[in-house]
Amino acid sequence: MAKVLLIAEHDGENLNPNTAKCVACAASIPGAEIDVAVFAESAGDIAAAAASLESVSRVLSSEDPAYRGALAAVLAPQIVALADNYDYVLGPSTTFGKDVMPRVAALLGVNQVSDIMSVESERTFKRPIYAGSVIVTVEAPADAKVVGTVRAASYRAVGAGNSAAVDSLAMTAEVPDHTRFIATESGKSDRPDLQSAARVVAGGRALGSAENFDLIYKLADKLDAGVGASRAAVDAGYVPNELQVGQTGRIIAPDLYIAIGISGAIQHVTGIKDAGTIVAINKDEEAPIFEIADVGLVGDLFKIVPELNDALD
Amino acid sequence: MEKILVGLKRVVDYNVRVRVKGDGSGVETEGVKMSINPFDEIALEEALRIKERGEANEIVVVSIGSGESQQQLRTGLAMGADRAILVETAEEPDPLSAARALLEIINRENPELVILGKQAIDNDNAQTGQMLATLWGRPQATFASKLEFSGDSVRVTREVDAGLDVIEVDLPAVITADLRLNEPRYVKLPDIMKAKKKPLDTIPWVDLALPASPAIAAVSFEPPAARERGIMVEDVAGLVGALKDKGLL
Repeated sequence: MAKVLLIAEHDGENLNPNTAKCVACAASIPGAEIDVAVFAESAGDIAAAAASLESVSRVLSSEDPAYRGALAAVLAPQIVALADNYDYVLGPSTTFGKDVMPRVAALLGVNQVSDIMSVESERTFKRPIYAGSVIVTVEAPADAKVVGTVRAASYRAVGAGNSAAVDSLAMTAEVPDHTRFIATESGKSDRPDLQSAARVVAGGRALGSAENFDLIYKLADKLDAGVGASRAAVDAGYVPNELQVGQTGRIIAPDLYIAIGISGAIQHVTGIKDAGTIVAINKDEEAPIFEIADVGLVGDLFKIVPELNDALD
Repeated sequence: MEKILVGLKRVVDYNVRVRVKGDGSGVETEGVKMSINPFDEIALEEALRIKERGEANEIVVVSIGSGESQQQLRTGLAMGADRAILVETAEEPDPLSAARALLEIINRENPELVILGKQAIDNDNAQTGQMLATLWGRPQATFASKLEFSGDSVRVTREVDAGLDVIEVDLPAVITADLRLNEPRYVKLPDIMKAKKKPLDTIPWVDLALPASPAIAAVSFEPPAARERGIMVEDVAGLVGALKDKGLL
C-alpha cells in the first residue's frame, strides 16, 4: 500500500478545482490510499468539498487564523508534522504548491519531483523540462519519501460522489513570526476562472492595445469563456499578469481554446497543449500556432473576431 | 544593508530550440549557446538597483557548475556585481545539494539578502530558493515582482495564480525573482573590460564537505507528444462549421 498525503489548495472559501486533478494523479500511484489535508482559517466547506472527491479515504482538516494567506513558512512545518505516516506528499504545481512543497521537501531532506505529468510506476514519473520542449522520465530514490507537485493540466478531475471521513487536526508545529501576510490583490471578475474554464478565449500582442482587448472580452462573454493572454500581451500592458497563459503563467486544459493574434511561442504552447480543441486566428500563415491548432483561420483579427461574434448570435 | 548574494546559473540560452539526443540519453548541449538563466539575470538587476539606491554596499554573485560558469559570472561582474564566487563541480547538483552549497556560502559571507531566479529554464524545478530559505531557517518570498524595503524587513509583491499577493518578510531572507520584477540592463564593452579585474574566487565542491543527497535520477528523455496539425478554414462560416462538427458550439 502507498499512503499519499495531498495538500489541498483553496482561496480561503472554496477548494481549488486543481485539487480534484491532483487526486487523479495520486490515484494513479499503485496501491494508493489518499488523505487530503486542508489548512484554513475556516476549513468546513473546503474540507467537505475535498471529502466529496472520489478516491479520497480521509480528509484532515486543520483550522487556525495563522493559515490566512497560505504562507509557505507557516504551512510547511505543519505538513511535515503529518508526513511521518505517509510515503508520498503531493501538492499542485501552482504558485501555491511551488511555494510550499520545496520547503516541505527540504525539511524532509529530499529533492522534489516537480510538475508530475504521469506516474509510470511507484517511483518513476514523467515531467516536462526546458519549458515543455523535453519530457524526462525520473526515478525517485527507493528508501525516501516522495515529495512532488502535480501538473494538474495533465489530469482529468475525479468525480465528486464520495463522502470520506473528515478528521479535525490540531496545529502541532510552531508558527514563525518572520513572515506576514498583508493582502491579495486579485482582479475579481464575473467571467469563468481562466484555470478551470471549459472554454478560453486568449489574445496576443496583435490586439495592439488594452482597448482593443475588448474584442476578446466580448467574444469570451458570448461563449461563456474565460479570458487569457500571451506573455507578449501581458508585457505590453494590455491585460493584468494573472491572465497570462504559458510556461511562466497558467498551464490550462480547457475543452476549447481560441488563440487570437498569438504567434505560438514554445513557452505559450506549453501552457495549452493539453487543451481539447485549439483554434488559431492569425494574419501570419507561417505563425507556429498553426502547427498545433486543430482549426486555423488566416486573416485580420479585427475583421474576423467581430464577424465571429455576430455569427454566434 | 551590507551585502546581497545573487545566484547565477549557466543554462542553455532561452532562444535555443532544445533537442533530445538521438538515443534519449539527454539533451543536446554540444555547441549550443549558453547564458545566465534569465530569472537570475533579473535577480542580479534588482540587487544592482538596490545598491544604486544606496540601500546595499556590496553585490556578490555565486554560481555552481563547471569552470565554464566563469563566463556567466564575468557577465554578472560586467553588469555591476562587485565580486564572484564559483563553486566548481563537473556534475550538475540536484536542487537540495545546490541549496546546501549556497547555505555554506551564506555562512561564509553573511549576506542580509539572497536573490535567486524563481526557476532555472533548463530543469524548471523551481526548488532551490525555497529549499535554501528552509535550510537557513529564514523567510522566503517567491515569484517577486516588486520589493519595498523598510528597516529590517521587506514588503514583497508576489505574482500568484490569483493575481498579486503582498507579504512582508524579516531580513535576512531569500527572494526569488519573477519576470516582471525589472528589465535587466545591457552590458557595455568598457564594463566587460573592467569586470576582468574584479575578484572571482573558485571553491572546489568537495571543499564544502556536503552530505550526499538523495538525487532524483533522470532515466530517459523524449520529445513531447506532438499535437497533430489540424485543418485550415477559409472564413468565419468555415470556423463555426468546424466547431459545430466537433460538438463545441
